[in-house]
Amino acid sequence: MSSIPENLAYTQEHEWVDLTDGVATVGVTAYAAEQLGDVVYVQLPEVGATATEGESFGEIESTKSVSELFAPVAGEVVEVNEAVVDAPEHVNNDPYGDGWLVRIRLAGDAPELLSATDYTKLTTEGDA
Amino acid sequence: MSTPSPLHAVHEALGASFTDFAGWTMPLRYGSQLAEHEAVRTAAGLFDLSHMGEIVLTGPDAAATLDYALVGKLSAVKPGRARYTMVCGGDGGVLDDLVVYRLADDEYMVVANAANAAAVADALAERAAGFDVEVADRSAATALIAVQGPRSAAILAQVTDADLGALKYYASAPAVAAGVDVLLARTGYTGEDGFELYVAGERAPEVWRALTDAGAAHGLVPCGLACRDTLRLEAGMPLYGNELDATRTPFDAALGRVVKFDKGDFVGRAALERRRDADVPEKVLVGLVAEGRRSPRHGYPVLAADGTEVGTVTSGSLSPTLGHPIALAYVPTAVSAPGTALSVDIRGTAVPVEVVALPFYQRPA
Repeated sequence: MSSIPENLAYTQEHEWVDLTDGVATVGVTAYAAEQLGDVVYVQLPEVGATATEGESFGEIESTKSVSELFAPVAGEVVEVNEAVVDAPEHVNNDPYGDGWLVRIRLAGDAPELLSATDYTKLTTEGDA
Repeated sequence: MSTPSPLHAVHEALGASFTDFAGWTMPLRYGSQLAEHEAVRTAAGLFDLSHMGEIVLTGPDAAATLDYALVGKLSAVKPGRARYTMVCGGDGGVLDDLVVYRLADDEYMVVANAANAAAVADALAERAAGFDVEVADRSAATALIAVQGPRSAAILAQVTDADLGALKYYASAPAVAAGVDVLLARTGYTGEDGFELYVAGERAPEVWRALTDAGAAHGLVPCGLACRDTLRLEAGMPLYGNELDATRTPFDAALGRVVKFDKGDFVGRAALERRRDADVPEKVLVGLVAEGRRSPRHGYPVLAADGTEVGTVTSGSLSPTLGHPIALAYVPTAVSAPGTALSVDIRGTAVPVEVVALPFYQRPA
């Protein structure tokens, strides 16, 4: 079982959020990457696009399945990870590092997200 | 309730991800599906296929029974050889696709897909009525281990004295592997050279471990069912439940060649003759390729140039070997010629595809 970084926040949709100075860096968790299998295609929004909390802003496709990416926060997309579009395997190999997906500048207050402890609970319950 | 394979403890020790498949708990992958796929294309892969069904027919009428029960002419298969064939319903619909091994003059082994194994065993028992033959479902007691890939003969040679050079494609022979009695067959579902070893379930772990040891120097890796699916798709081989089902005849799947009419009556004959002679345009199974990385998937609509829906994708994936999306789809005969431009509705976007001849991948000669 891969470890879940303590310093990040998480969503029910198995995304992680690193909130620093009003900008949220977003990726999928190692648990999600493991469940997906080999990621072969990542579709991300354009820089400048508006992300609406809880709504789809892209998709992630593995050899096994297609999943939507849901915006964990509302705001403006200020950066997308072009490297992961070119080499989707970053999501599997380094989900919390080179596998990051987008950066969103928060439009309002940060929503309530799961702590590492809560997220650990969520993923271990799924395994039971 | 899901049945574990006789090799379950071995897979657990290897850290496999498991999947429920037709009532069996089987390895989906051990690590990366793409790495397992590549190992089979370039070196070798080791598969547990113990979920497959094995039904043995023994008796003086074994050949006659199968000629009646299946669409192939199994009486023409020589002992020691195998044949790809199908079992159809009275309406010509495919109940399963099969590999049938003739073990002796009066003995055959029918290998069925896990999801259909019980139904095939029932159909064979029912169709055997009036024939002097015994039908035994050996699925529960039989494990199946496959070694597939260009290095597979070199690996096998280390665990058996059997003459592998004399064992042709689609042939089988009783052999001893790692000190265990097996039926050794040169068959597979990957498009590569390879072997399948049918072995008593309780002896399967010994054989698996011996092959693992023998394969270490050859790049052999354990492979799950996930890469088996992309391997068979690249090889253009149908998967029951995707390309084949009870609503389609072998002719629809472009596999009419498996139906042999130069024999006596058989279940489905009248319906299949009508289908063979029909002049109404039907949908046929074709290969599609696309550019980019976004893949057509099972159930996605196939569109004509004017945007109207004309068919359906049955299987699709990014081809790990070729690096672009590939798919199988049913389309009308009029747009089934290689080179025809179509598109597939991938979650709301019409992505251009081209009809190509199958298989997508053929191993180097």
